[in-house]
Amino acid sequence: MINIFTNNIKTIEFDALIIGGGGSGMRASLELAKSGLKTAVVSKVFPTRSHTVSAQGGITCAIASADPNDDWRWHMYDTVKGADFIGDQDAIEYLCSEGPKAVFELEHMGLPFSRFENGRIYQRPFGGQSKDFGKGGQAARTCAAADRTGHALLHTLYQNNVKEGTNFLNEWFAVDLVKNSKDEVTGVIAFSIENGEVAYLKAQATVLATGGAGRIYASTTNALINTGDGLAMALRAGYPAQDMEMWQFHPTGIYGAGSLVTEGCRGEGGYLINKDGERFMERYAPNVKDLAGRDVVARSMVLEILEGRGCGEKNDHIFLKLDHLGADVLNSKLPGICELSRTFAHVDPIYEPIPVVPTCHYMMGGTPTNVSGQAFTRKDNEDKLIPGLFSAGEAACVSVHGANRLGGNSLLDLVVFGRATGKHIQSELKSGGGVDSASKDDIENSLQRLNKLNESREGFDPADVKKELQECMQNYFGVFRRGEFMKKGLDQLNELKHKVQNLHLKDKSDAFNTSRVEAIELQNLFEVAESTAISAYQRTESRGAHARDDYPDRDDKNWLCHTIYDPISKSVSKREVNFNPSKVDAFPPKVRSY
Amino acid sequence: MISNKLKVSLYRYNPEEDKFPYMKEYSIEKPDRDIMVLDLLHLLKEDDQSISFRRSCREGVCGSDGMNINGKNGLACITPISSVIKRNKIELRPLPGLPVIRDLVVDMTEFYAQYEKIKPFLQNETTAPEQERLQSPEERDKLDGLYECILCACCSTSCPSFWWNPDKFVGPAALLQAYRFLADSRDLKTQERLESLSDPFSVYRCHGIMNCVNVCPKGLNPNKAIGEIKSMLHKNKKDIIVSDGV
Repeated sequence: MINIFTNNIKTIEFDALIIGGGGSGMRASLELAKSGLKTAVVSKVFPTRSHTVSAQGGITCAIASADPNDDWRWHMYDTVKGADFIGDQDAIEYLCSEGPKAVFELEHMGLPFSRFENGRIYQRPFGGQSKDFGKGGQAARTCAAADRTGHALLHTLYQNNVKEGTNFLNEWFAVDLVKNSKDEVTGVIAFSIENGEVAYLKAQATVLATGGAGRIYASTTNALINTGDGLAMALRAGYPAQDMEMWQFHPTGIYGAGSLVTEGCRGEGGYLINKDGERFMERYAPNVKDLAGRDVVARSMVLEILEGRGCGEKNDHIFLKLDHLGADVLNSKLPGICELSRTFAHVDPIYEPIPVVPTCHYMMGGTPTNVSGQAFTRKDNEDKLIPGLFSAGEAACVSVHGANRLGGNSLLDLVVFGRATGKHIQSELKSGGGVDSASKDDIENSLQRLNKLNESREGFDPADVKKELQECMQNYFGVFRRGEFMKKGLDQLNELKHKVQNLHLKDKSDAFNTSRVEAIELQNLFEVAESTAISAYQRTESRGAHARDDYPDRDDKNWLCHTIYDPISKSVSKREVNFNPSKVDAFPPKVRSY
Repeated sequence: MISNKLKVSLYRYNPEEDKFPYMKEYSIEKPDRDIMVLDLLHLLKEDDQSISFRRSCREGVCGSDGMNINGKNGLACITPISSVIKRNKIELRPLPGLPVIRDLVVDMTEFYAQYEKIKPFLQNETTAPEQERLQSPEERDKLDGLYECILCACCSTSCPSFWWNPDKFVGPAALLQAYRFLADSRDLKTQERLESLSDPFSVYRCHGIMNCVNVCPKGLNPNKAIGEIKSMLHKNKKDIIVSDGV
């Protein structure tokens, strides 16, 4: 590494810089490390602590193992429909057709997939999956390593990065992007959490792979570290976010704790019951019942609760029944779920149902990118690439998930687009691409936020402000939304803005100062929350995960489009959805029923 | 009189301010329900921002918050306080045997170095098929109890042999992973892996004390894996002697 000093801070130079050590980041870094480019992964936690580790049920992909006739086009159809028709069909086509290659690569790297008798990778049914474009019944397309697929995937990727000698800046925290006068991204300002050292990490290509931001809500399945750092950095740099109103509420978070219970439970034959013991999904989705899209199941559960048929003393949750599957199936296929239920719900699923509620789970929106991971902004209603900036995984919106992600598609998204981004950067940099340097002033600009926090002598307590923010989002921007309530939420966010910009960091020490990290994370959460609130208020229809009771119907005439949130004007514009896949005919919008 | 206060004794050390680490006593309102040790730490941190500890998933799968809870290593996020309170008190210290960076945060460099030493990745240089490599369910079953390790270091830092020789004894966590690859039908470097473990320290410093098994928050059994490696090493040695004899 070459160390230069500007503005009294060290400059460390790389070819490619990946912010985030989860699935998409480490899949991208693996591609780049193998190519010989000088690559570093900047991760605020040791990489195997990233949130990918919590993914349970599996990775959905038409590898034709459970069904030798399976076809990626069927997977594409399901994904387009699941997305409520605002997923970009060129990107979904790429996801589903490249998927098998990416999954087989993971197996070759050593991922310990569960197996069928014939030795092939085990696949289980998940929600929203069908054969023959919805006409052939339920498919089983989700490749699994028991119910610990994310753990197995993340560790396998870390192991292979160790093998290829990737540089890791572990427990380094990226604060803000550095832009030069040509509006190119030239790296980030970051600091070492261990000793507080601040550095300018300079790169020809910067990849935001920082995952989601589920912590904007009070109740979430997300890890404590999911604070949308990369997306917030892009917003602060003036770059847009796409489809930020689209947040997935997973039907089965453990009541009270928020921990995820995989959809694989229902894939293996579990089902939801209300206080009368009724399998109520038969009423809402007569064909596929508990395996309808997640948005559909989550809404049905909330309606059951609102209509007084919830379980427990307060009638405020639903039961997930698994005991009929028997101890053998539960112990072999869902061992992690049994463990989590005993720990967090104090029930043993072998004998009793698990209390669950819809819980914030996934951010469908993010920094808009093309299929090569290149981030873009909008100019005169056209996409305009941002030189030097890339994004992949949950942080990005390429958009394969549209208004609602199908279960098992997030892990596929990570590896397919992490890989594509790595490949693209490799070819771009090897053919002479790159960005100009940043000036001293450019670097100084990006240091401002950190400096302000470090110099704060008074202000608001980050822990209190965070609670207010999370409660506001939970109350006004949850499973069901209404204009008048969202207006209240927006007003409250406006009041919070002042507090977020004036936090008091009491502890100014350098060694492993987690309160400094948490204060910056809170500012990041706010950026994401604000973009969510403004986008949600603007979309006057119900589609996928965005359900408004003042606009209960899908409105294709006005809203068959993406929303683009501009962080400078705090306004929302529309962007057309891609209906131009190259290998198949586009799937036109139709009524979405399960 | 029954006290409604819970006493928490916390290991504190900030290298910029403290010459030596010390135990600081906190007294907090007893929560009205059973909470996890991690929740307790969050409550303390709300009042005292300077407390430092690692955490991420808060559900026992990421391995960030391994610490010593009333004398026993465990994960704060899945340890209910009801299971550890002794005489109305909980004592929290960093994982033993590793250098302390600050408070409950330890420097895990040596732990990770041992992990990397065992080459924790599948080695198979044959041309990969177009699809997956096949593996029977029985072959795959051999990886159960091994691949689930979350690298929390609770086991290795409870092991007296690792305390003595953290640079030479691989330690239970990394040995569990060494066996994970030895046991994988797809891995072809069995011989090389065994040779790299055959010195007197890497594996043989394990004396079956079983602390690792006792503390593993995932219920894994590194001791059993180490036993399997020893058997393979013995068999390997015998095979070499026999072939030398011929």
